Amino acid sequence: MATIVGAATALSASKSFDSRKLHLPSRRSLSVSERKGSFLVVRSDGSVVHKAHRAQILITNAVATKADSSAASTASKPGHELLLFEALREGLEEEMDRDPTVCVMGEDVGHYGGSYKVTKGLATKYGDLRVLDTPIAENSFTGMGIGAAMTGLRPIVEGMNMGFLLLAFNQISNNCGMLHYTSGGQFKIPIVIRGPGGVGRQLGAEHSQRLESYFQSIPGIQMVACSTPYNAKGLMKAAIRSENPVILFEHVLLYNLKERIPDEEYVCSLEEAEMVRPGEHVTILTYSRMRYHVMQAAKTLVNKGYDPEVIDIRSLKPFDLHTIGNSVKKTHRVLIVEECMRTGGIGASLTAAITENFNDYLDAPIICLSSQDVPTPYAGTLEEWTVVQPAQIVTAVEQLCQ
Amino acid sequence: MALCMRKSPKLINHLKYRMGLFDMITPSSWNSTSSHHQEFPVTAPIAHTLGNPDADLSVKATLFSACRFKSTKPEKQLNSLNDADDNKVLDFPGGKVRFSPKMTFISESPEERTQCYRVLDDNGQLILGSNLVQVGKELAVKMYTDMITLQTMDTLFYEAQRQGRISFYLTTIGEEAINIATAAALTADDHVFPQYREPGVLLWRGFTLQEFANQCFVNKADHGKGRQMPIHYGSNKHNYFTVSSTIATQLPHAVGAAYALKMDRKDACAVTYFGDGGSSEGDFHAALNFAAVLEAPVIFICRNNGWAISTPTSDQFRSDGVVVRGSAYGVRSIRVDGNDALAIYGAVHAAHKMAITEHRPILIEALTYRVGHHSTSDDSTKYRSVDEIEWWKLAQDPVTRFRKWIESKDWWSSEAESEFRSSVRQQLLHAIQVAEKAEKPPVADIFTDVYDAPPSNLHEQEKLLRETIRRHPRDYPSDVPA
Repeated sequence: MATIVGAATALSASKSFDSRKLHLPSRRSLSVSERKGSFLVVRSDGSVVHKAHRAQILITNAVATKADSSAASTASKPGHELLLFEALREGLEEEMDRDPTVCVMGEDVGHYGGSYKVTKGLATKYGDLRVLDTPIAENSFTGMGIGAAMTGLRPIVEGMNMGFLLLAFNQISNNCGMLHYTSGGQFKIPIVIRGPGGVGRQLGAEHSQRLESYFQSIPGIQMVACSTPYNAKGLMKAAIRSENPVILFEHVLLYNLKERIPDEEYVCSLEEAEMVRPGEHVTILTYSRMRYHVMQAAKTLVNKGYDPEVIDIRSLKPFDLHTIGNSVKKTHRVLIVEECMRTGGIGASLTAAITENFNDYLDAPIICLSSQDVPTPYAGTLEEWTVVQPAQIVTAVEQLCQ
Repeated sequence: MALCMRKSPKLINHLKYRMGLFDMITPSSWNSTSSHHQEFPVTAPIAHTLGNPDADLSVKATLFSACRFKSTKPEKQLNSLNDADDNKVLDFPGGKVRFSPKMTFISESPEERTQCYRVLDDNGQLILGSNLVQVGKELAVKMYTDMITLQTMDTLFYEAQRQGRISFYLTTIGEEAINIATAAALTADDHVFPQYREPGVLLWRGFTLQEFANQCFVNKADHGKGRQMPIHYGSNKHNYFTVSSTIATQLPHAVGAAYALKMDRKDACAVTYFGDGGSSEGDFHAALNFAAVLEAPVIFICRNNGWAISTPTSDQFRSDGVVVRGSAYGVRSIRVDGNDALAIYGAVHAAHKMAITEHRPILIEALTYRVGHHSTSDDSTKYRSVDEIEWWKLAQDPVTRFRKWIESKDWWSSEAESEFRSSVRQQLLHAIQVAEKAEKPPVADIFTDVYDAPPSNLHEQEKLLRETIRRHPRDYPSDVPA
C-alpha cells in the first residue's frame, strides 16, 4: 500500500530546502471538493482512495481493481514496508554488498547521507572512499565516474538535483554515451547517473527541471524513471547491473511514498513499462509523479463510467513499444500525461513514436498533456497551474472518447 | 553568553556597557553558518547607535542581529580579543591562520618566473651539476628510434591527408620528446588518458604502424571499428583510453581512474595529457582540485606548446604558465624543458614514484613549441611568423638534441640513423598501402556497441538502412560490405 504522506514530510526529508515550505497546504493534487480528508492513499496496484478524517471506510470500489497480476502486486508475500528513498537505499546497499566494484559519488552523499537521504548510513558501512563526497563540480565528478567506469568500477553518480546535471551534459553526451561506441567496444561505461528532478513545491525554476527532455536524444544511454518504492528498488538494481550507462530519474515529491515490498530479491526490467490499471476505453501513458495525478483522475473517470488503461512507461529511452502497442491496439485512443514541457519533451517523442508505428490503430489523434513552455514559477498558485492537474486529465479523456 | 533577539532597553544598555569596555576591536570575519557562530564585535560608533533611543529601529535590528551570533567557544574568543599584537592566530574552518595588521596583496605575477628543469643543453650535452635519472643504452636507443618513427609517421600521414587519402591528421612535430620520454618513464599498467597529440605514448607501448594506419585509413581492422576521426586512437590492451575530441574532458576521467586504482590498491597511476589551451577549461580546475582532495595518484602533464590553434598563451592566461596553478589546488608541480627528453624522463620517473607511494597528484608543465600546424585544417602561417616556426624547428628540435647526446655516448651513429630512417619509412609506406586496400568496416558496425546489445529501435533502423541501400545501390559507396 502506497501513501503520500503530504508535503510536510516530503520536504522534511530534504534538509537543504527552506523550512518555510513546511507550512504550505499539502493537498494540491486534490480538486476543491476533495480537500476534506487529511491525506491520499494510493495503493500499489494503482487504486486511489480518499481517506476521510472521521470515516474508516475505504471507498474501494471507486476504482475498479481488476485482478492484477502485474509486477506491482505484492499482496501474497509478507514483505516489509518502507518509503521510496529507503527502497532506493536498500537496492543500492544490496548491490554494494553483492559487488565490491559498486561505488557512489556525489555532493554530500557520504557522511551527510545525501540531500534526500538515499545514501544514509552507507559511508559508515562501506567507508568514505566507496561512498565519496565530491567537491562541487558536476561536469567533473561525472567525468570522474566515467573514468572510473572505464577502469572497471561501477559508479553511481548522484546529482543533488537533476537540474545540476546540466553542467555534466558535456561529459554525459560526449563521453558517457559515446565512448563505448567510438572505442570500438573496447571500453565500457556501466555507470548509473541518478537524482531527483521534476517540479517540486516552490523550488524555483532552476530546481524544477525535467532533464529527461534534454537527455533523450543522446545515443548510447538508457533512461528510466521510478515512481513507486517497488520499482525504485528494482530499477536501481537493474541500472547498476546493466553494462550500459543508465540515467535513473527520481522525483523530488515521491521520496516519501510508502509501500510494502517483497523481502526476497527482485530486479525490474529496464526496458519494460508497468501496467498500473488495465482498461478498455483509453490508454493513458505517463511516468513518475504524473502517474499519481492520472490515478487520481482515473477515480473520477470511473465514477463517470469510463474505463481507462493506465500505463507507467518507466522506460523513457527506449520506449517499451511492445506494451504500449498492445494497449493502443486494444483501446485505439491515447492520452499522454507528462510533466515535461510541451516542446521537445518525452511526450513529444512518444507521440511521434506511436503515430509512426500504430497510426492505423488510432481512432483519434493523440492528446498530450504537458507543462507549458515556461520556467517554473515560484509562486505556489502559478506553479500549480504549470503542472498537469487531474481535472485536465479527466477533460482530455472525455474529449478523446467523444 | 548568547544574546537573544529581544530588543529590551535593558539588553541594549548591557551591550552598550560591554562594548564600551572594548573600544578598538579589530573585526574578525563573520561566519554565519549555524554551527559556527562567531562574535561580530562592534566598534564604538555602532555601540553608540545601539544605545541611542532615537536611532532607527531597523538599523538597530540589523546591528543587533549581527551581535546575535556568538562563538560557541568562549575561551577561544577571549584569547582573540585580549591579544592585540601581531602574532594572533585563529583556527578558522580550514586551519590556523596568522593575522597581520599590514595590508598586503599577493602579486599577480611573481618577480621571477618558475624555473624550468633541464639537463641537456642546446647541443645535447649534459649540464654540469644536473641531477638526473640515469638512462641506459637500450632505453635511450628505443627512445630515440621511437622519436624518429613518430616523426616519420607524422610526415607520411600528413602527406597522405594532403593527397586526399585520409580526411584529417594532426602532427606531433616539436613534441616528440614529450610523447616518448613520458611514455618511457611510465609502466605498462599506468592508465593513459590522452588529449590527441600523444600518439607517441601508444607507439612506445607497442601499437604497431599497421594499427595506426588502420585507424587513420578507417578499415575493418581498426580497433575503433571506423567510428572515430583519424588520430583518435584507443587501445584497452595498451591501457590507452580512446581519444575524445572534447578538450580537457579526459582530466576528470583520469582522476576517476586513479580513484579506481587507489581503491584496488594497484601499483599504478593514471596519467593524462592536455595543452596550454586545455588548462582553461573548467574540467582542468575541477580535476586538479578533485585529485588533490581525493589524494589520487594522477600525473597531469601539460604540453605548453605556446599555441591553442591561433590563440597564443598571452591570450589564454595571464598566470606564469600552468605550473603555478598546481599550488593553487594543493598539487605538487614542476616545470620542465619539453624539448629535453632526459629532463622529461627524470621528472616523470620521479612523479610516478611520488604519485603511487604518496598517493598524490603531480602536475608537470612541459614547455615546448608546436612546430606543425594545429592540424591539417589549419595554416599557422596565418597567425604566426614563418621565422618563428623555422627557428624552433631547427634550433630547438628535441629529436636532434637527444641524438647528439646518444651519439656522444657512442650509442648511435649516422649510419644507424639513415638505415633506421629508411627502414621505418618503408614499413610505414607498406602499412599505408595495406591499410588502404583493406576492406572497410561493415554497415552493421553503425549499430553495434551503442549499447551492449542493440535494442529494437536500432534493429529497425538497421533494417531500414539495408533496405534503402538495396534499393538505391548507386547512391551508396560500393566498397562498404553490407
